[in-house]
Amino acid sequence: MAYSDKVIDHYENPRNVGSFEKGDESIGTGMVGAPACGDVMKLQIKVGADGRIEDARFKTYGCGSAIASSSLVTEWVKGKTLDEAATIKNTQIAEELSLPPVKIHCSILAEDAIKAAVEDYKKKHK
Amino acid sequence: MRLPIYLDYSATTPVDPRVAQKMIPYLTEFFGNPASRSHAFGWKAEEAIEEARGHVAALINADSKEIVWTSGATEGNNLAIKGAANFYKTKGKHIITQKTEHKAVLDTVRELERQGFEATYLEVESDGIINLEKLKAAIRPDTILVSIMMVNNEIGVIQPVWEIGEICREKGIVFHCDAVQGAGRVEIDMQKLKADLLTITAHKIYGPKGIGALYVRRKPRVRIEAQIHGGGHERGFRSGTLATHQIVGFGEAARLAKLEMGAENERVRSLRDKLWNSIKDMEEVYVNGDLERRIPGNLNVSFNFVEGESLVMAVKDIAVSSGSACTSASLEPSYVLRALGRNDELAHSSIRITLGRFTTEEEVKYAADLIRKKVEKLRELSPLWEMYKDGVDLNSVQWAAH
Repeated sequence: MAYSDKVIDHYENPRNVGSFEKGDESIGTGMVGAPACGDVMKLQIKVGADGRIEDARFKTYGCGSAIASSSLVTEWVKGKTLDEAATIKNTQIAEELSLPPVKIHCSILAEDAIKAAVEDYKKKHK
Repeated sequence: MRLPIYLDYSATTPVDPRVAQKMIPYLTEFFGNPASRSHAFGWKAEEAIEEARGHVAALINADSKEIVWTSGATEGNNLAIKGAANFYKTKGKHIITQKTEHKAVLDTVRELERQGFEATYLEVESDGIINLEKLKAAIRPDTILVSIMMVNNEIGVIQPVWEIGEICREKGIVFHCDAVQGAGRVEIDMQKLKADLLTITAHKIYGPKGIGALYVRRKPRVRIEAQIHGGGHERGFRSGTLATHQIVGFGEAARLAKLEMGAENERVRSLRDKLWNSIKDMEEVYVNGDLERRIPGNLNVSFNFVEGESLVMAVKDIAVSSGSACTSASLEPSYVLRALGRNDELAHSSIRITLGRFTTEEEVKYAADLIRKKVEKLRELSPLWEMYKDGVDLNSVQWAAH
């Protein structure tokens, strides 16, 4: 299957790979997917004093489209408030990366990862 | 060295230039219909076909009258399985096969189940090989057909088809063997291998695509019902005008395979071992299937915590295939690896590398270096690798299946 140029770009030069320091209170972590299904995404957001996401990191086990989807959302969430980030839809991700129908689940997973990271942060700061 | 490097010889092989040369005149010059009895064009084509039949028969030490041309392995497997089942259906309706067969066998048996036959799909052991005692236990009084492959297409393991032949012969059960991945790699002698039907195809032995053969035993005689009807070609087993150029190519490929198999196997095995030796010291790397009872050119490995499809994408300078099919909603990993009892993670993390006639040592070295580098890179990206390194037991994690 041929991948789109954008998928290949994100795959070959993934943005914001890595993990934040453990125990940092300004971090929200979302881990979604399952190894048995062939993809696991870990997305972390670092939230500033103004309530905006100032940085993000990801690690993904999965196909090229899954890696590209998570790389892309680390860029998109930066500068957004938590509520704004949670409105990112999988269809936007799929459209940006020109994902074929069989890879739509990768974009759904990325959307879930953002929601899970936001949730995690909110839970910590209740 | 030209990139990308072809390391997918189990998918298909290039036509050997010597084979291609032999085929060309039969497209332009000797184009006659081999069924034309009334002129020299037909005679010339028929002569070429019979010479090729002899070469294919010789590769498996059979009589040339036992060779029936088909369009390839899928048709050969269909003809053998449906043909035998339908011919012997008054004797019984039970068929035995196994879970790691090629889809051309599995789907054919499934179709027969829809038509009222019953089937047993044997499990394989964790090394990929079937247990003969389990086979014996599965045989019923109404078992009419056993279909077991010689060599598995994904993991390259060699099944004990010689012993299976003995078991079936003793019980009077027709034994079909899909030998597509075995021909030209494993010595096949139909005087010793008691298969009644045996499928082979040209494009796995450096011949052209679109031509295969079904061996149909004459002594003792096995009967099959034709699946394609028409002009009565191939003694009624398979009608249709013969593709002379394809058959000439198959014949030449078979002749070369018989001649060069010994030396080629040794060379390919040593390259395969070099490849494995240069990656096996990496952490969490597993060979899938028995490494000894395996064709020389196959290496199927799982790199734990790296997803196979992304690895195939990362090593795009080498053409290999992945056991992970992340292309459907179900994200099913290879059914063959699952049948070995490999967990889903390892099944998703596998790639199949298959070497062949034109693989060089330089290419193998390049492939090994590339694989090492890219596995390391993808592990840096992998949350599972990070957890493994942090000492987290991945089996203890509650994953949200999706």
